[in-house]
Amino acid sequence: MVHLAVALEGAGWHPAAWREPDARPDELFRPRYWADLVLEAEHGLLDFVTIEDSLGAPRDGRTDRVDGRLDAVLIAARVAPLTRHIGFLPTAIATHTEPFHLSKAIATLDYVSTGRGGVRVRIASSADDAAHFGRREFPVPLPDLAEEAGDWVEVVRRLWDSWEDDAEIRDTATGRFIDRDKLHYIDFTGRFFSVKGPSITPRPPQGQPPVAVLSHVTEIHRLAARSADLVFLTPQDTDEARALGQEVRGLRADLLVFGDVVVFLDETEQAARDRKARLDDLAEFTSDALVFTGTPAQLADQLLAWRDAGLSGFRLRPGALPHDLSAITRGLVPELQQRGAFRREYEATTLRGLLGLERPANRYAGATR
Amino acid sequence: MKQIHLAAHFPGVNNTTVWSDPEAGSHIEFSSFTHLARTAERAKFDFFFLAEGLRLREHAGKIYDLDVVGRPDTFTVLAALAAVTDRLGLTGTINSTFNEPYEVARQFASLDHLSEGRAGWNVVTSWDAFTGENFRRGGYLPEEQRYQRAKLFLQTAFELFDSWGADDIAADKASGVFLRNARAGAFEHHDAQFDIAGRFNVPRGPQGRPVILQAGDSDEGREFAAATADAIFTRHGTLEAGQKFYADVKRRLPAYGREPHQLLVLPAATFVLGDTDAEAEELANVVRYQQVSGQTAIKFLEQVWNRDLSGYDPEGPLPEVEPAVGAEAVAKGRAQTRMYRDPVATVRQWRELAEAKNLSIRDLVVEVSGRQTFVGSPETVAEAINTYVQEDASDGFILVPHVTPGGLDPFADKVVPLLQERGVFRADYSGTTLREHLGIDR
Ligand SMILES: Cc1cc2nc3c(=O)[nH]c(=O)nc-3n(C[C@H](O)[C@H](O)[C@H](O)COP(=O)(O)O)c2cc1C
Repeated sequence: MVHLAVALEGAGWHPAAWREPDARPDELFRPRYWADLVLEAEHGLLDFVTIEDSLGAPRDGRTDRVDGRLDAVLIAARVAPLTRHIGFLPTAIATHTEPFHLSKAIATLDYVSTGRGGVRVRIASSADDAAHFGRREFPVPLPDLAEEAGDWVEVVRRLWDSWEDDAEIRDTATGRFIDRDKLHYIDFTGRFFSVKGPSITPRPPQGQPPVAVLSHVTEIHRLAARSADLVFLTPQDTDEARALGQEVRGLRADLLVFGDVVVFLDETEQAARDRKARLDDLAEFTSDALVFTGTPAQLADQLLAWRDAGLSGFRLRPGALPHDLSAITRGLVPELQQRGAFRREYEATTLRGLLGLERPANRYAGATR
Repeated sequence: MKQIHLAAHFPGVNNTTVWSDPEAGSHIEFSSFTHLARTAERAKFDFFFLAEGLRLREHAGKIYDLDVVGRPDTFTVLAALAAVTDRLGLTGTINSTFNEPYEVARQFASLDHLSEGRAGWNVVTSWDAFTGENFRRGGYLPEEQRYQRAKLFLQTAFELFDSWGADDIAADKASGVFLRNARAGAFEHHDAQFDIAGRFNVPRGPQGRPVILQAGDSDEGREFAAATADAIFTRHGTLEAGQKFYADVKRRLPAYGREPHQLLVLPAATFVLGDTDAEAEELANVVRYQQVSGQTAIKFLEQVWNRDLSGYDPEGPLPEVEPAVGAEAVAKGRAQTRMYRDPVATVRQWRELAEAKNLSIRDLVVEVSGRQTFVGSPETVAEAINTYVQEDASDGFILVPHVTPGGLDPFADKVVPLLQERGVFRADYSGTTLREHLGIDR
């Protein structure tokens, strides 16, 4: 069985996607648009959606591209109550945000989705992004940013554990609402910041919502191994999928390893190529991930080869929305199901459950404050 | 006749919330938030309201465990509530000290889009190093800078909201023009608190800016509200205190070129309903003693005395000892302690009150802290609320039910129809945005 996720980004990953006939570029900032996409992904029984985000904006003065975005955590929260099974991994930027705020935000996403929250953590290395906060000198070397992001996740995770599951007692005899011995200061002190705790939000339903990182280089592989449950990798072919998978699993054996692929899917290979060429004529498109054009059956072949090379799942980036998303849910998914490689119904009620991750014990349980 | 504005405060971290009641549900499960928000929307309330505290309260060096503890993230829960309501305004308390304007402006602009125009922001200014220990910069702000930072924070956020015009997005597939204005989002801001520049990346929300509420009672706080807020959240709950406060803040408006209707005064209010006034009074008495257990009463006194009073019997007389002035505060993370800035005078008053009425410690605390604003039959409560509004003690109320999440239900079912009959509260929403509900300009 493979795990399947989609990465939602604006009108799709191709910069000209917004001009397609079925695109809804005037609705990119409306809740209905996001709800429709996620409901479609849930219809396809996908494990989760990621939602791209950034605290910056390109300043190149172009007017022919989708511009502007909404906060990804808030999009996820807005859509979650409308769904029942699919997981949400909105992007959070570790570099400029407060781990205290994001810890409670993702915990709350987990509450409003009853156990389907998670987070994809990003680093922001650009000086433009830093100028929006104005508190730090940039550039900062990548190893430092990675270490800071690792500390950020450590704080977020400690805060999730800072309440034991049974801390709320409502003991009328003693008048105590909580057993404060089951609440813990996290007392994190690092190179970049320190945080006291405990969280103001009780431990989320999943205990630890899944954390994901997209990685292209060794420093970030290490961050993923230290901090994440899932890593998104960008192999270009099967050999590279095998090698990259081995490299990160060598750093940590139980990491879930997903391959990222940008997809343009149609009923014939020619139709997919033609469609992509038409979009390329309108705007240049380059990608860090493999760009796949072809049929759902061809994509299934490719994904299963990568699975056999050791990947646990795939995060597909639809080239154009909604076209390539529906091609995933209505074309690829049945194809994988026929081959016995994808679920026919949701088998768990939490995101950790879908990913085959146990609910973790609380690191502080049994400890005294 | 003035129209009344009503909002629903989610009961939370305070000793108003009775968690021991058999009807009390979860204060953290989303279903509780949905319940209260849907009740408020069914009753055509203006908005739903969330308070916030960014560090768990402590008392004598230990986490305070007698009240409800724990709350969700403000933005996340409001965005989720936008999915289960259509018209209700969604306002959240967000601190201007432990945040950065770029991020908060993004979150409010996003919430305004995702709720299609229903976002509101209660700007608070707690500044203490105790809370600051949870944040990157640590130590935080000298108290006297709290409103300077709040002012500059809000001004910066406004610049960011205004950096996009309503028509900046063309999204014209045929011509390939997505952005009509290549400069959309450009900003540059340099002042004593913030030194930032770049491009704001959220297009203008349906309301342009979220509705702004202010909570804070000092002279500076009132000036800040008069200058910039659309509504002010206050604790002045009695008719006389309300009228005095109302006149005071409305008098400050002309200096900022504003008119009285541009700043609504919305006190927090609690209520207890019964079939008759007598029944309600009886019930209110029960609720007061549920809110103030013996242990709670002792801790309450300790906040003001600022010393250990655990040896005292809550059913006995007030302590003979004097308050410890100037020592490190026993209670941390509580806005409430700021109400008693002169503990010696407070203690003297309380002793006189206890003497005159023959009150035990617990009785006294019930008397000074647990009082419900409105107690009576639905008719009595509707009449009282209307009187407060028509006689300029307020423009409406932010109602704080004492039970989660069903505490507002009887109010919605029994009091709201009476206000509607009197023609002082809307029978249905006439607009879709929070600004429209509140009757304030964009
Ligand atoms: C009615 C009311 C409600 C308040 N709610 C909050 C709250 O939810 N969160 C918070 O951090 N502070 C809250 N505050 C505290 C204010 O932020 C605090 O009073 C401020 O730091 C100091 O302002 P002041 O000196 O003008 O009172 C509230 C204050 C009032 C009067």
